[in-house]
Amino acid sequence: MVKSDTAKAVEGESMDGRGNSEQLLQVWNLDVSFELERGTARALRGIDLTVETGEIHGLVGESGSGKTVTSTCVMGLLPVPPARINHGQILYKGSDLLKLSETERRRIRGREIAVVFQEPAKYLNPALRVGEQITEMLCLHLEMERDRATERAQELLELVGLPNTRRILSGYPHELSGGMKQRMMIAMAVCCDPSILIADEPTTALDVTLQLQILKLILQLRDRFAMGVLFISHDLAVVHEISDRVSVIYAGKIVESADRDRLFNEPLHPYTQLLLLSIPDAEKRGQRLKVIPGRVPDAEHIPEGCAFHPRCPLAEKICSQEVPATAEHAGGHTAACHMIGKKWINS
Amino acid sequence: MKLLVFASRRLGRLLLTIFLISTIVFFVIRIIPGDPALVVAGMDATEEAIEAIRIKLGTDQPLAAQYFQWLWKVVRFDFGESLISGQGVMDLVFQRFPLTLSLAVLGILISIVIAIPLGVISAVKRWSAWDYAGMAFSQIGMAIPSFWLGIMLLLILAVKIPIFPLFGSGSIVHLILPAISLGIARAAIILRLTRASMIEELSKEYVITARAKGLTERMVKYKHALKNALLPVITITGIQLGYMLGGAIITEQVFSLPGLGRLFLTGIYQRDFPLIQGGVVFVAIIFSLINFTVDILYSVLNPRIRIE
Repeated sequence: MVKSDTAKAVEGESMDGRGNSEQLLQVWNLDVSFELERGTARALRGIDLTVETGEIHGLVGESGSGKTVTSTCVMGLLPVPPARINHGQILYKGSDLLKLSETERRRIRGREIAVVFQEPAKYLNPALRVGEQITEMLCLHLEMERDRATERAQELLELVGLPNTRRILSGYPHELSGGMKQRMMIAMAVCCDPSILIADEPTTALDVTLQLQILKLILQLRDRFAMGVLFISHDLAVVHEISDRVSVIYAGKIVESADRDRLFNEPLHPYTQLLLLSIPDAEKRGQRLKVIPGRVPDAEHIPEGCAFHPRCPLAEKICSQEVPATAEHAGGHTAACHMIGKKWINS
Repeated sequence: MKLLVFASRRLGRLLLTIFLISTIVFFVIRIIPGDPALVVAGMDATEEAIEAIRIKLGTDQPLAAQYFQWLWKVVRFDFGESLISGQGVMDLVFQRFPLTLSLAVLGILISIVIAIPLGVISAVKRWSAWDYAGMAFSQIGMAIPSFWLGIMLLLILAVKIPIFPLFGSGSIVHLILPAISLGIARAAIILRLTRASMIEELSKEYVITARAKGLTERMVKYKHALKNALLPVITITGIQLGYMLGGAIITEQVFSLPGLGRLFLTGIYQRDFPLIQGGVVFVAIIFSLINFTVDILYSVLNPRIRIE
């Protein structure tokens, strides 16, 4: 497939090699705040995140923890103002997306970095035919002829497992069921063969039976298109199902990041440990479900020191005074907590 | 196929509406005090003369018989003769209708040309000079009575600077000033609606998707949002056109135009019952036809409406 000029330029830059060529997407120390009437909301407080080619990186956190701000910022769709990017870098194939002009970023959106949203019913245009919503991207980004684009759109709909693709193409989104709409949205996202797919809670609005189908589809397409996937979810079970690597975000900061199995088997951060204990488990049937006391702080009132300390059963004096540094504990397993190695939670 | 089913269902509703309106018109005219035969015959007429007119009008017969005769008239689109001039009611209506139709179409065109672009720009460039200009125009346009605007237009553009004729009809030049004075008030309404609708659509989630797809801002706004934003605008514009096709009584009076409005007004003054009855049904039919057309157009643009 022909890459656009911007894509070539971006690739060219990565050749003289600022970082690891495997690192498709690197978010470094990204800090984003929102200037609101009631004060400054600190949405992201210096997060680090990487997505490698062919890797699915699960980003998990409660609502309001900064998951969607992260994806919106990577897409370049944050409304500035009220949003403000204070510092940080988003390196895509080695070049900083934050330094590109709006036109350059637009050419990357949908073409290089695509996104699947949570509620397909709301995120699809009700007044445009399914075919048009896919072909317009092919015509714009890949400069395809209309007939060729329609053919390609039909292939894509088949690829995501939709039946009667010809009829669907000339129909409208409202004629599709919820699961079919999400498949269409995914077909739209991968239509230009992007390098990165951001899936922002893609299964949250769907029935449990459909969730699994959509997860399988994303895995299948990751292999087909060799994409790196940033998979955002609040659902630990879903993240466990699909991710290669998992990062846990709390109050705008990544508190722990590790390979999937490591994170689920040997969590280091008390927040991760409590989250894992809060998953309903068949073995623990009949016992009281564990919940983490308190709630995620507002982005305007983030506690001093470790943002988690008011809810943390292990918290000591230092936790309310100093922000814990992120430290690497074993191969690629990072966490930010003062108490690691000193205290732990008894399940 | 779905569209065809939808259209035929709407057609059924249209016929039902016309039937109901005919029925209402019939009974309302009968409830209004005053015997039309007395009006026609005059104050000094003899009992025999009045009776003869009653027979001619059919008002001597039982109400049920009159009602079915009336429905038969509606079906044949024959509403009898005017009591005053003796001409066929439909002949009178169709003599006047071309003028009203051209005035309405011209008026609505003027309002669309002003309102839709200005409304869209106001929404896209919110709180800009364009937006304030649009809102000011809209406020003033709605506040100005159309007769005053008509008189001012005549004073300035026909008397002081004689570009347009002061009165008369027959050519499009005669219709421009009346169409402007009709169009401005409508434009004010359509502009507000376009602006509100466009602002609402721009805040919808599918706009985020359109941007995430890497579409140009122009495509996002004028393809994705505008197509949705125009849906309510089409409905309102259709209704406005429907009103205008019933005749613009005040504007026709100010510009001395022989349109439907003046015909019906005269009919009412003169208690010309066949004319009033026929006129009301005619206007109702036109209004229903416009609504029918708007519904069809709407369903072509908004496919969700077809499944009810």
